[in-house]
Order: sequence, then structure tokens, then C-alpha cells
Amino acid sequence: MNTSYEDIPGTIMFDGQMATLGYPLNKMCYSFNDAEARNAFFADEEAYCQLFGLSDAQKKAIKDRDVLELLRQGGSIYYLAKFAGILGLNVQDVGALQTGMSVDEFKAMLVKAGE
Amino acid sequence: MAKILGGIATSHIPAIGMAMDKQLEQTPYWKAFFESYPPIREWLNAQAPDIAIIFYNDHGLEFFHDKKPTFAIGAAPEYHNADEGWGIQPIPPVTGETELSWHIINELIAAEFDITVCQEMRVDHGLTVPLTLMWPGHQYGHVKVIPIAINCERHPMPTPARCFKLGQAVGAAVHSYTGSEKVIIMGTGGLSHQLDGERAGFINKPFDLYCMDKIVHEPEALTRLSIHDLVREAGAQGVELNMWLAMRGALEGGVLTELHRSYHLPISNTGAGVQLLAMNEG
Repeated sequence: MNTSYEDIPGTIMFDGQMATLGYPLNKMCYSFNDAEARNAFFADEEAYCQLFGLSDAQKKAIKDRDVLELLRQGGSIYYLAKFAGILGLNVQDVGALQTGMSVDEFKAMLVKAGE
Repeated sequence: MAKILGGIATSHIPAIGMAMDKQLEQTPYWKAFFESYPPIREWLNAQAPDIAIIFYNDHGLEFFHDKKPTFAIGAAPEYHNADEGWGIQPIPPVTGETELSWHIINELIAAEFDITVCQEMRVDHGLTVPLTLMWPGHQYGHVKVIPIAINCERHPMPTPARCFKLGQAVGAAVHSYTGSEKVIIMGTGGLSHQLDGERAGFINKPFDLYCMDKIVHEPEALTRLSIHDLVREAGAQGVELNMWLAMRGALEGGVLTELHRSYHLPISNTGAGVQLLAMNEG
């Protein structure tokens, strides 16, 4: 699959193939716009994943809160941000998770970009 | 003929909306950022636009992947914001209009821009954060908004050149409208940022400053870029520069004066820019 930029490491290109792979996952995360859906997810995460037909790999990545794996499984960051949001994570938290930094280290990196 | 007063480009980072919700404008993190907006508000209040055409991107409120238009325009008397899932407070309804909208739609389709037409459309933070920045305290009801959404999420995405041309076609449509309305054009999003992957947190200040320089009098330096170039130089979400270019395209045919420019980073994970270009149609 041509889903990465060779000259841009650490970036998965969210193209048609990834969108096809990730459709059930993204559809589930899209549902989190609705408070009732968020409650239903937390009431029974596995059943909620099943409702949208997530693959086993997607279910595991949701269970593990593994953002990089969710991206590899076709997740779009627009929808994964909704998932992160309902877990109480902001985009610095998610950045730290993906880069293996602490949140403070990640924030310091952002500040450094302005210097 | 309707008159274009100028264009405003601004970032639309959700955290800005959340900071306004929580009244954090005067805190150390936010103070310098929010202080860049009053000059633009003063200009808007003096110019008193009737209509704001806003190029923005939807982040999964109105459009999901089942039906995701590359370009979409609203033609509705009112637009609603709604829960986006992660805690930004929805804002009261946004005033729309249908006469200029339909005129633009007719002209766009005639010009071979086969845009998706939405007679009902929820608008997300990509539109509501800039609207609230321009008219805080929800004092935007007197301005009629025409939303135009550009896909910035799923590849393939329209090229920077195409977005500029879309803006040109929208500008031409405004100029051929027989009403006497005063119109501002807004482009929202950017500047450099990347939320996803091991490269999350990527910001490119020199590139952002280059874009803000070039967009004034040499936009062709930016419309030459590909989406791939934008992802590399500005991050995966830096493709939101496309909305700035659409805004700038709508300002063709007049003399531009840059009245304001500010750039702050980091705001959330982003290089945040705002720029006001006044247009003298001569």
C-alpha cells in the first residue's frame, strides 16, 4: 500500500486505501459527537466496537489506547481526536503518546519551534 | 454590484475557542495571541460588512467519509454548530443568507466548479472559532455567513492552485452580483501543524512566515506548491493553507493593503497566524 510519504517520516498518508481500512473505526469515532454514543461506548466498550464492525486489530488498539496503532489501522486523526477527547486527552497529550515523550517534553518541543 | 472589502486569514485551533469559553484571554499563555485581534475587530466594525464568505474545513461534524465533498457551499438561512465530541461549547446559530449564495453557486457551476450545495449544514470550529474571534461574545448575528468547506482531511485533496482558482471564481461571482452588499472573505486554518504520527508536534516557523509574506503580493509562490509539499513543509494539517489561498484568490482584481499581521507559536500544537488584507477595488 502506498500510504506513507518516503520523504516525510512519521507520517501516514490518509488516502483512499487507509480510509477503506479505517472506515468502521472512523465511523465509530464519528459517533462520539453524540453524548449518548459516548456513554454507550463507556458502558460496554467491546460491544460498542462490535456494533461498528471493527477488526480485531482495531478493537485491540482501541482497548490499548494505542494511537499509533490506530493510525496504522486506518484511523483518521480528526476522528481519533474525538476518541482522545472523550478519554480526557488533548492534542499535547496525544502528541506525547505518539512521540514517546512526556507531555512536558512535548510542550517544550513546541515552544522550541518558536525560538 | 456587491463590494469586497478585503480578506482575513486566521487559524481556527479548537483550543482558542476553549480558551474563550473559559475566559483565559488575559492569562500568560494566551495574552499575546488575543491581543492581535482587536485591530481586526476595529476594522470590521468600521467597515461593517453585511456578508462574510468563510472558507474553512469541516473536521467531522457535518461531513463523514460516507459522503465527503471536496468543495461544499452552504445556501441556508441559518447554520447550526453542535457537539464535536471533545468539549468545545457549541455557539448560538449563525445567520446565513440564500441570494448571494445561490448566485455564487450558479456562477461556480457555470465556471466548471461542480461544488456540493448544502441547504442545511452544521458548521464546526473551523468556522465558529474565527467567527467568535472576530465578533466575541456571540455578537455575530448581524453578519450573514456563506460557508465554503474544503476537504483537508482525506487524500486526494484539492491542490493549492485549485483552491486559489476557486477563490477567484467566488470573487468574480461576488463582483457580478447586482446587490449592494459589502462582503468580507475569510480563510481559516493553519498554519503549520501536525497532530498525527511520530512526527506529531511538527511546526515550521520559517515556512509560516514565508507564506504570510508571499500571500500578500506573490500568491503564485504558494499556488505552485503541491499537497505533498505542504505536508512536508507545514505538517499533515498544514494543508489548511488551502483556505488562506482560496481567500486570497477571491481578492484578485483590486489593490491590496496589508493592515495587520500576527504570528504566535505554539498555540496548542500550531503556528497560529492572523492577517488582514484590505482591498481597494478602484
